[in-house]
Amino acid sequence: METILTISNLTKKFGYLTAVKDLSFTIQKGNVYGILGPNGSGKSTTLGIVLNVVNKTSGEFSWFEGQTTTHDALKKVGAIIENPNFYPYMTAYQNLKLVCKIKGVDYSKIDEKLGVVGLLDRKNSKFSNYSLGMKQRLAIASALLNDPEILILDEPTNGLDPQGIHQIRSLIKQIASEGTTILLASHLLDEVEKVCSHVVVLRKGEKLYSGRVDEMISSHGFFELKSVQHDTLVAYFKDNPDFLSVKVEGDLITAFLKQPMDASTFNSLMFEKGVTLSHLVKRKESLEEQFLKLTDNN
Amino acid sequence: MLRLINLELQKLFLNRASKILIFISFILPFTVLILSSIKINFFGFFTLELGELGIFNFPIIWHITTFFASYFKLFFAIVVVSMIGNEYSNKTIKQNLIDGLSKKEFILSKFYTIVLFSLFATVLIGVASFLIGLYYSSYTEASIIFRETEFLLAYFVKLVGFFSLCLFFGMLVKRSAFALAFLFLLYIFEWIIFGVATKTSNLETAWKIKNFLPLESMYNLINQPFQRVVMTKYPEKIDMAYDYSVYWYEIAIVLGWTAIFIFLSYRLLKQRDL
Repeated sequence: METILTISNLTKKFGYLTAVKDLSFTIQKGNVYGILGPNGSGKSTTLGIVLNVVNKTSGEFSWFEGQTTTHDALKKVGAIIENPNFYPYMTAYQNLKLVCKIKGVDYSKIDEKLGVVGLLDRKNSKFSNYSLGMKQRLAIASALLNDPEILILDEPTNGLDPQGIHQIRSLIKQIASEGTTILLASHLLDEVEKVCSHVVVLRKGEKLYSGRVDEMISSHGFFELKSVQHDTLVAYFKDNPDFLSVKVEGDLITAFLKQPMDASTFNSLMFEKGVTLSHLVKRKESLEEQFLKLTDNN
Repeated sequence: MLRLINLELQKLFLNRASKILIFISFILPFTVLILSSIKINFFGFFTLELGELGIFNFPIIWHITTFFASYFKLFFAIVVVSMIGNEYSNKTIKQNLIDGLSKKEFILSKFYTIVLFSLFATVLIGVASFLIGLYYSSYTEASIIFRETEFLLAYFVKLVGFFSLCLFFGMLVKRSAFALAFLFLLYIFEWIIFGVATKTSNLETAWKIKNFLPLESMYNLINQPFQRVVMTKYPEKIDMAYDYSVYWYEIAIVLGWTAIFIFLSYRLLKQRDL
């Protein structure tokens, strides 16, 4: 598989503060990566370093297996960092024209990409008159201008209203479905869970986990149950080899599985025991719960 | 190189404020020059015609026009500091670099624009002086016309040097207004150095030191022409004689400063985390 970005033992210190500590991971072509971490965990710093705007303290990174310089590699990358930064006095079209000049891309791409993000009818409005959602969409159009090998997005839905968040997310999904590699930094877990196939979890600049999202959520899930025969049900889970633990909150019983078991098997099992359930849901732990577990533990 | 200039020109000419300032810095010295060259009649009381004073004679006209035109460089200086200040306040410098412009290219695009502008200003003032000179000058032999055209070279170097200084201050403080304040501080600072040098040694050494400082060395390229005008009127006043010509070492000092300022701007940007 083609490697797009390799980061090895990257460290960045701001004075006494170590923002990124000995970080290593690789980005393979065709996957959608998420960088997860609470605020101040070094996500933006890491992206800043590979995008040539922050100087590293030590360690290495290389684009496209080291075949090009970082400066040339960035012409094959599309990136937006936090807030969309454009010239407020220029129109959307003029701003993108400037980006075309920097990247060496043909101007015909401008209308095409403005169409992708749905800003074609506003292309001659000044950037300063745009709403935040439109600015963010323009930033994505700008990042897509050169048909990048990889799209880097840092908190793309930050500060947007629910509608804007939805628009950006479906845009990201659409781009991902076309085979573009995406690296998405976010602290919004459901965002990463919804769009990413791989995830890197950072905390205080250190890597806690890196791998597939579905492997991170590795438990067998749990049942949420309600029944009139409450005590019988609770007693059943005691010392049951199939279950890890049981949690009772009011009349809601949560039973964590030790081995895989589907809801209908469990339901018929209960039926045999003469227990009728008024509520049965099988769920998996969300990425959020896994993430909080990971970041709290150490 | 053309790509970098093209990039910067788009940034400048789509911005109304800098467009106006650029326009002023070109048109104003030009207008002043034209106005001063025509005969002005004050309601029949008296007529003022500067041309009569002989200041539009070749070769002194090169000296006079470049000296006065160089005061209008302040307008473009505002453009230079704001073209850095805006990049920082809009954070577009970060986006430019992410989009694939290298830090070196970023500085170069500004520097090329400065050089281009200085060149354009020099050509404009050169052509204007030439035409006005042809009209007024009592001497029109080619050898006299083209004597002292080194003032044009001095004017060009002076502009490039001064704008490079502005570029550096812009990069240093990131804010246009503060950068202009720094220019003023530097001016005071040079006089302080001069004062200290006078105290510790003598006036002559103090001047020698000051001649090496950025602003003074730029000023030195084109010395004030007033004494010279007076001298042409009263040739017998030998004690007023002074050395106004452009020397290669004066140009070398300013070019040296230009190189230092551009290099420092680059170093600053390279080491900075954006």
